[in-house]
Amino acid sequence: MDTKKILARIAAIAKKIEAEKDFLTQLDNEIGDGDHGINLSRGFKSVEEKLPTFADKDIGAILKGVGTQLVSTVGGASGPLYGTAFMKAGNVCKGKFELTAEDFAAALEAAVNGIKMRGKAVEGEKTMLDALCPAYKALKDGIDGGKNLIDALADGVDAAAKGVEYTKTIIATKGRASYLKERSLGHQDPGATSSLYMLQTALEVLREA
Amino acid sequence: MVGIVIVSHSQKLAEGVVEISKMMAAQAPIAAAGGLEDGSLGTSYEKICAAVEEVYSADGVIILMDMGSAVMTTEMVLEDLDKPLVKMIDCPLVEGAVLAAVESAGGQTLQEISERMEESRTTRKF
Repeated sequence: MDTKKILARIAAIAKKIEAEKDFLTQLDNEIGDGDHGINLSRGFKSVEEKLPTFADKDIGAILKGVGTQLVSTVGGASGPLYGTAFMKAGNVCKGKFELTAEDFAAALEAAVNGIKMRGKAVEGEKTMLDALCPAYKALKDGIDGGKNLIDALADGVDAAAKGVEYTKTIIATKGRASYLKERSLGHQDPGATSSLYMLQTALEVLREA
Repeated sequence: MVGIVIVSHSQKLAEGVVEISKMMAAQAPIAAAGGLEDGSLGTSYEKICAAVEEVYSADGVIILMDMGSAVMTTEMVLEDLDKPLVKMIDCPLVEGAVLAAVESAGGQTLQEISERMEESRTTRKF
């Protein structure tokens, strides 16, 4: 994955979030404060405007730039969470213009750990981690087992999609949904859903020749 | 005097907490960082930075937050901010802010105010 693909992926995330804005907000209306789609869309729109200024930068600088922009524009919990994720991933990719499958896995691992640190959260609390943790594990297992990045990431996306389904079956213990306790059951987590979108776009961009 | 910053998703709530705190300690340096730039609900990294700058002195700054992104965004501001003696306190927003304002106006140190505010976590209304 080179800088061109990274930039294409960021643009694709912005497009996907915009397309799913109302759906994400609807999910968040059910168990949260109803702003997830609106907030993320505002954040990624401003990221999109910044993209041309990232064009000749290395991948680390691009990801850090995206993270910084999200922190200052999203306005909800997903700002510091995704912001930290992109910044931490950026640290791992510092100075790189091309990512190997191992680099990609290391970046995702750093992103996931960043979210855990920022949100003081773990898997199983009905958050974005329920999509991202299984996705990272599947990706890493695939790469360790000799798969290429596309196939390993496809496993990761499948695992994330299952993770999103899993969030319907558990009670939220972190974030706004935790105020609802058992009434959060049966609803899919908006953060896990947007995390799935971000992984899907990475796969789509990689599959484009 | 120790500066105080109120971080909230709502501009009105942050300003309201400042208003209540000023009733008992008009001279306390206290700033609101509520809502987004356009006044809508959310927490703004820039507003928090600006509020800390506004009330910052060598005596330090105490920050109180409502929940979720207010806490996480403040954490990120503190990580990026290269200033000593800026501290987040986990306590009831209104009671904590009033206490902080009174103590700050009374010339207490950051450490002394923090300890009193921590106590406010277990103080019952009735």
